[in-house]
Amino acid sequence: MRTELASVSASETERIAAVLAGRLMVGDVVGVSGELGAGKTTFVRGACRALGVTSPVTSPTFTIGHRYSGDVDVSHLDFYRFAGVSAAEWGDLEPYFEDAIVFVEWPEVGASVLPPARLTVALEHAGGDRRRIALASAETALVQGVS
Amino acid sequence: MILGIETSCDETAAAVVTEDGRILSSVVSSQAALHARFGGVVPEVASRRHLELVSPVVRAALDDAGQSLDAVERVAVTQGPGLVGALLVGISAAKGLAWARRLPLVPVDHLEGHVASLYLEPGALEPPFTCLLASGGHTILLAVREKGRSERLGTTLDDAAGEAFDKGARLLGLGYPGGAAIDRIAREGDPAAFDFPVARVPGLDLSFSGLKTALLYAVRDLEPVELEARRADLAASYQRAIVRALVGRLRAAAEATGLERIAVVGGVAANSELRAALPDAAFAPLQLCTDNAAMIASCARFVEALPYPRYLGLDAYASLS
Repeated sequence: MRTELASVSASETERIAAVLAGRLMVGDVVGVSGELGAGKTTFVRGACRALGVTSPVTSPTFTIGHRYSGDVDVSHLDFYRFAGVSAAEWGDLEPYFEDAIVFVEWPEVGASVLPPARLTVALEHAGGDRRRIALASAETALVQGVS
Repeated sequence: MILGIETSCDETAAAVVTEDGRILSSVVSSQAALHARFGGVVPEVASRRHLELVSPVVRAALDDAGQSLDAVERVAVTQGPGLVGALLVGISAAKGLAWARRLPLVPVDHLEGHVASLYLEPGALEPPFTCLLASGGHTILLAVREKGRSERLGTTLDDAAGEAFDKGARLLGLGYPGGAAIDRIAREGDPAAFDFPVARVPGLDLSFSGLKTALLYAVRDLEPVELEARRADLAASYQRAIVRALVGRLRAAAEATGLERIAVVGGVAANSELRAALPDAAFAPLQLCTDNAAMIASCARFVEALPYPRYLGLDAYASLS
């Protein structure tokens, strides 16, 4: 199931993420893709806030992984600086997938090792602050009725 | 004398520093040369790489210092924040060395380590001061009233300043490391050519993601030939916007705290325009701006040590506390 939404601002992107976050469970993996500046970190921040994370949610490009604690634990990974994800690197990343909801930026790079995503989010520039947000999931209920 | 070990991110580093803050050696197994070949992509960030490098790097630090392990009185190691697997390599190495010699071990916060790069000789700084820590992974304003402990005043809400430089360089088709590439080409450009926004966020926080998007749109609006001709102008204007944001927030933070002396540490402290824009600031020495272990050993002088063998259960922490 695939659905597409339009967002007019960063705060609307955060709000859409918050609605989706309420449907996620610990153990879920969410792939968040889109080019530079498309709003990937903004989306993850919106989801984190809805999940009770109060600390700053910043880009993990250089730090690779953040783990936040809220009502549940939330991991936030970023494969921007990776060429691919080797078995050894996966070994380092695996703990971030334990007992957490996991958001992965640039998930394409890790496609060979990542657990299957329950939800994928693709953000696209639509001029100025506007973005197109495409949601896809094998479960219709997960992406239906988000507006 | 203190042996410092740092493995929180890309670099495997070790250093020997004296109690009075002189650097006897500082070895960083920089992957920057490798990065350039991969266009800024890390060849492998796995802890396996740190594991291969940590022993030779520690040995090189001792050799360069002309010292043996017998002379080491404390072992200092970065405990966090960072990638847990990477941190654990340094922590395990430090535990092993300290335990074998019955030495105390000092767990050091990576960010406090950056601040402690200012406490090394020659020209060590004394608190109090207001400090900007700007690197690829972090951009934080700190009130430093005593050594080894600072109070966080503000942080980036999205991208770090060093990341903004790196991604800007990527958008402009420049080389790696991005900060140095922009710094170089910006000297040939007009910083007033493009009007990039300085984000308005409340308090002493910062934001760079809107600026990055503004650069993306500016690049997109240009034909390839035009882009080629205006690349230096874009770089200069983009750099000016980042520097303005950092300078504005650092000045505001100094005013808010009343700690008038200002300092800048972290990789972005190497930027020439930032240095020129803050003639009154203390800057980390160039070789100590990016991740290194001398700053970790330096910080250990002001942090409580764990006596032998009370550190065997010491764990890494991933995130900012």
